[in-house]
Amino acid sequence: MLTLFFIDLGRRIITFMYFCGGLANLTAQTVYLTLKPPYKYGHIIEQSNKAGYESFPIVSVVALFIGFIFALQSAYFMQRLGSEMYIASLVALAIVRELGPVITALVVAGRVGASHTAELGSMQVTEQIDALETLAANPVKYLVVPRFVSLSLMLPILTLYADIIGILGGYLICVLKLGITSSMYMHITFTALFYKDLFTGLFKSLIFGMIIALVSCYEGFNVEGGAEGVGKATMRSVVVTFLMIIAADCIFTALFYFIFP
Amino acid sequence: MIEIENLTKRFGTNLVLDRLNLKVPTGQTCVIIGRSGCGKSVLLKHIVGLLKPDRGRVLVNGKEVAGLKELELNALRSKISMVFQGGALFDSMNVAENVGFGLFEHTRISQKEILERVEESLSLVDLGGIGNLMPSELSGGMKKRVALARAICIKPEIILYDEPTTGVDPITADSINRLIRSLHDKLKVTSFVVTHDMRSAYHIADQIAMLYKGKIILEGTPEQIQHTQDPVVHQFINGLSKGPITEAIDTFKEA
Repeated sequence: MLTLFFIDLGRRIITFMYFCGGLANLTAQTVYLTLKPPYKYGHIIEQSNKAGYESFPIVSVVALFIGFIFALQSAYFMQRLGSEMYIASLVALAIVRELGPVITALVVAGRVGASHTAELGSMQVTEQIDALETLAANPVKYLVVPRFVSLSLMLPILTLYADIIGILGGYLICVLKLGITSSMYMHITFTALFYKDLFTGLFKSLIFGMIIALVSCYEGFNVEGGAEGVGKATMRSVVVTFLMIIAADCIFTALFYFIFP
Repeated sequence: MIEIENLTKRFGTNLVLDRLNLKVPTGQTCVIIGRSGCGKSVLLKHIVGLLKPDRGRVLVNGKEVAGLKELELNALRSKISMVFQGGALFDSMNVAENVGFGLFEHTRISQKEILERVEESLSLVDLGGIGNLMPSELSGGMKKRVALARAICIKPEIILYDEPTTGVDPITADSINRLIRSLHDKLKVTSFVVTHDMRSAYHIADQIAMLYKGKIILEGTPEQIQHTQDPVVHQFINGLSKGPITEAIDTFKEA
């Protein structure tokens, strides 16, 4: 029994090490090939459209609801203190520093990352990736680089948009429901926010975009076993991306706390 | 010229290729026969550098494929085409973009000229005028022929075929066989064909080699193979359910 436990543990550790090595290798290749010409602008624009532009509706809905929910939850406590006007600063700081980047990244990971894994996984099982190689086209340059660049560019843009919509959600609750004046809400919001809050949020979203692109493409490239394999890889891609986003968020939040106290 | 020397490949505990040796002279058509899952496609993938040998080497035109750097490998791949078992057409591109992919990516030929070459290649496989269709709109046989058109569009010196006639109707299979033969006769293309369709093998081959238990157990002209006394090859080419191949499997199951 104990032996079986250690065999299983050893196998899991080896699988984890293999994953880390493979992902590091793909990251290095992707960064190198991103900088190396020729640049596939057409593919980057196409991917940016799919990953970014088409994600605006879902990001709008989620960010607006997050703004509503956060304002209402804050109101529950702040009303007891008689400090309703500070809900605006709470909403602004929480959304710009934390909720905007993380929620947007999770939405995009579920929508775009899963689609990348399923698409590349299907290409893998139907030998399209092998076909690319035999036609002297590097699959990393051709498939991963446009997704990596587009997500790295589009996620900060989507996050900035989610920040604005989230603050708007808080504004609607405070102004229409809690009786705070519009000018007061805007004044408190802009007083509470500093450039560093915006910068740290957008920097984190850039890292999250890279994580989504790399993990989803890595899982897609490593699909084995047909349709079932594509399904499993897609699920694994979403789970791993979520975990890595939360872990990276924790690391960078701690880092920024000490760098920009 | 394709030279394979002591090629060994293992996946986990499964020894797929075991010190395999084979030579295919320039301009010849070599057909590899063998049961499904015996390692024929693995052998093909070594020739084009998609897999690296555990031991041994594969030389194409005197160059060891596994030792080539990226640029050299790409230069070699521009002279080799591969026709995949399921076609492996790119879903996101139409037929013309698929067929002209190699030319669009790696040459400075004008788009008009590329589209003319694409149409010419499609006409060779009797599919002229379908450039605007998407792969999802094609039947299995048409996909195979489009894959063949993609392979010949770059005018390669070597073409590797992975079961080119499997899953197509007999008439289409015959037209594919004729095309492979005419590429050999007219353009002196070196062909390496993996199949278990014996009719096709006899039609197109200059040389037939049988892969069994990771090794080439017999090679010869179609006539020599047809008249062989080797019991394994005899069972395979005649499609017999009883013989040394199936006995070995039964013994293994009983053990």
